[in-house]
Amino acid sequence: MSDKKILFKIKRQDGPDKAPYWQDFSIPWRPNHNVVSALMAIRENPITAGGQKVEPVCWEANCMEEVCGACSMRINGRPRQACSALVDGLAQPIVLEPLSKFPVVRDLAVDRKRMFDNLRKVKAWIDLDGSWDVHVGAPRISPQEWELNYVFSRCMTCGCCMEACPQFGPGFDFVGPAPLGQVRLMNAHPTGRYFAEDRLHAIMGDGGLSDCGNAQNCAEVCPKKIPLTTAIGQLGRQTTWQLVKDLIGG
Amino acid sequence: MAKKPETIVVGGGLGGLWATLRIVEAGFPVKLFSLFEVKRSHSACAQGGINACLDHKGQRDTIWQHIVDTIKGGAYLADQPPIKTMCEEAPGLMHAFERMGVTFSRTPEGLIDLRLFGGVKNKRTLFAGASSGQQLLYGVDEQVRRYEDKGLVQKFEWWEFLSILKDGQGRCRGITAINLRSMEVRAFPADAVVLATGGLGLVFGKSTNSTNSTGAAAARVYQQGADFMNGEFIQFHPTGMLGDDKTRLMSEASRGEGGRIWVPRDPKDRRAPKQIPEAERFYFLEEWFPAYGNTVPRDEASRAIWKAVKELGLGVHGQDKVYLDVSHLPKDFVRKRLGAILEIYEAFTGTDPTEEPMEIFPAVHYSMGGLWVDWEKDEPTKGMKYASPRNHQTTIPGLFACGECDGAYHGANRLGANSLLSASFSGRVAGEAVGSYLKGFKGEPLPQAAMDDELSRQRALNAALTDGTGTENPYTLHRELGDLMRAKVGIVRDNPTLDEALDGLDELQDRAGHIGLSEKSGWANASLPYARQVQDMIVLARVIAKSARMRDEYRGSHYKPEFELAMPPQGTPEWSEYVRKWKESNEKWLKTTVATHTAKGPEISYKPVDTSVMAPEQPRDYR
Repeated sequence: MSDKKILFKIKRQDGPDKAPYWQDFSIPWRPNHNVVSALMAIRENPITAGGQKVEPVCWEANCMEEVCGACSMRINGRPRQACSALVDGLAQPIVLEPLSKFPVVRDLAVDRKRMFDNLRKVKAWIDLDGSWDVHVGAPRISPQEWELNYVFSRCMTCGCCMEACPQFGPGFDFVGPAPLGQVRLMNAHPTGRYFAEDRLHAIMGDGGLSDCGNAQNCAEVCPKKIPLTTAIGQLGRQTTWQLVKDLIGG
Repeated sequence: MAKKPETIVVGGGLGGLWATLRIVEAGFPVKLFSLFEVKRSHSACAQGGINACLDHKGQRDTIWQHIVDTIKGGAYLADQPPIKTMCEEAPGLMHAFERMGVTFSRTPEGLIDLRLFGGVKNKRTLFAGASSGQQLLYGVDEQVRRYEDKGLVQKFEWWEFLSILKDGQGRCRGITAINLRSMEVRAFPADAVVLATGGLGLVFGKSTNSTNSTGAAAARVYQQGADFMNGEFIQFHPTGMLGDDKTRLMSEASRGEGGRIWVPRDPKDRRAPKQIPEAERFYFLEEWFPAYGNTVPRDEASRAIWKAVKELGLGVHGQDKVYLDVSHLPKDFVRKRLGAILEIYEAFTGTDPTEEPMEIFPAVHYSMGGLWVDWEKDEPTKGMKYASPRNHQTTIPGLFACGECDGAYHGANRLGANSLLSASFSGRVAGEAVGSYLKGFKGEPLPQAAMDDELSRQRALNAALTDGTGTENPYTLHRELGDLMRAKVGIVRDNPTLDEALDGLDELQDRAGHIGLSEKSGWANASLPYARQVQDMIVLARVIAKSARMRDEYRGSHYKPEFELAMPPQGTPEWSEYVRKWKESNEKWLKTTVATHTAKGPEISYKPVDTSVMAPEQPRDYR
């Protein structure tokens, strides 16, 4: 028991313009280790399996309970949250790589700025007059409608769906599945609807909805099981109708 | 004045984002600093909900009752006028969230649904499935993005706050920060700064907090002259999951929705929990607190679990754990109301809580204390004056604080679902205060020399770590700090142990002056900021331990059995005697602890508490 080990094979990269390389690490097994807690154990005394003292591995984490979206990486080839990747459930050596669709900052940390830029591009917000009190509530929402909307509001911009999408990445214009899910959400809100046209127009041009290749990987890898392909289907109908309206000048 | 005043908000959780919105709406652009994309802030972790009196459930709930519950929940230790205004404005704040599109759970009529939380008797907690904090955070994140799109907010994500800049009058006039990728240290002048940097759970090593909730930013301005209040009041959440890396939170909603806490009556009982018949289970909260049962407030629940395990030896399998059981509730109901919370438990333990009881133990969760902040009284309403520039200003002029890093609302103990409320409300108030502070603001531009001096000081602090000859490992030091704080400044406290803690912290502080970093990279070096955080966490730990050592009483989360007044049944002559003694003790201890930084360590003084809304006539009694 006591000499049981956990083996890691980690793809490292010292900076955005540096060449990647691989290092192996081995740490003592402990119950309930997840990939982040294992990386924490490595960083306290970063020595490779071959006994070479190296710089600690760089990665992102924050909440440790799969709600903040920070610790996305490729774990044994699959994009997922590292904090909820329990070591005992993974084949070893556990292979860790950065998400490949975003620029590497260092080691396993990537720059997901593009995702947040895309949320701006599609206007993923409700147009308030201001955040001050207006002394009336918002319109009612039925529990059934709530249930359909709530799943989309759980998107934590982690980037797993973007990583899995064949149409998203460097050299592609596609906004990606996550921002489309947010368009679906905002367009369904009783007052968000007022500006649905603006959001639809934002996804009707180049890099918009029509770039989706329908590979359906996005919904499959989403850690929150958000039905992104359903959203894309619904937006397809909304944009078609919008196109007709635009043509007849409505 | 030629130049428009500039503002900086540090921290992008609920408090910082609300402050940002209100500053922008007052007509001033904001530079928003965060350690990471603001959407990843710790507010996202709050699961259970947010309190506001909407009275949708036919219980005649009142705003007054929310005020009373908050004041009494905090054992009267918080100034009452700000609490009064917070509770009064809570419903309007909820409607603002609703307008932002926050997906609050609904009643069959399509109204916002409410659930029961600890320390109260009425359903007053709005929730969004089981990810309430996440949904509230995203609501304001989207509004801030809208203003960013209009060029009114400029985000500086991946920058860590290091210090404030001061002008000749001692006013806060900007910050220094380090870019966490390029490691550049830069000065950012501004005319007002809001600190919204969250909690300090990492001072205790393991907690329910995110890994970035170190309290370092608060510690830094404390060392620059901002007073820190009520540091000794640390909330232990009764239902933390067991874990090596983090004691993840099992939301109080699990109790609010009908979860029951129990242990086998026979500590030697090794049967699987499902095999143990009702009669052989000890539902100790229900027995000890018949009025509130499992929804007794957090401090009481944590101490009760402590008592059952540590004093009565009733821990499950002789270990530090008790059962939290929702397996008797209808599965559909549980999945709908608690889905995301239970998913976390299942994801990290592999056990389905609808089948088997969960195993839990109290965990460090929330700091009631924080930076001392001012407020102005509105005499006619007995509340806090709207948009007074004094509101949420620290002892350093021009430096404001809001959210968990301030200590204003929760006194000696925070009620469940009041933290999302105080974070949002205080952010809104701080933003409005900044707007007033900057109207007519006069000040020469900060001299370059003032910025250069502070930059040199910061670079020297960094160089001492990267180029020094020290040998201490920051990660090891942090682990030792956490172990010490949990063991010696925990749920049950006594003075000899607190003295040991203070000695231990002195030693840790010495060692933290001799940190050596093996990581030498000048790009995205994570060890350097971490080492600085560890040094600052030790400073805060000393504030917490010293404040705890000085307060010789039992109040809220601060429990020193030596000074506990035994509570007899109400209505007896002994009860009157108890109330008399309790009031006598209040004469001495119903006051705010204020820690001021000195070269020799924290200096403790006390300020009176404003109890003008509800005089402390009735002790808390949740039995």
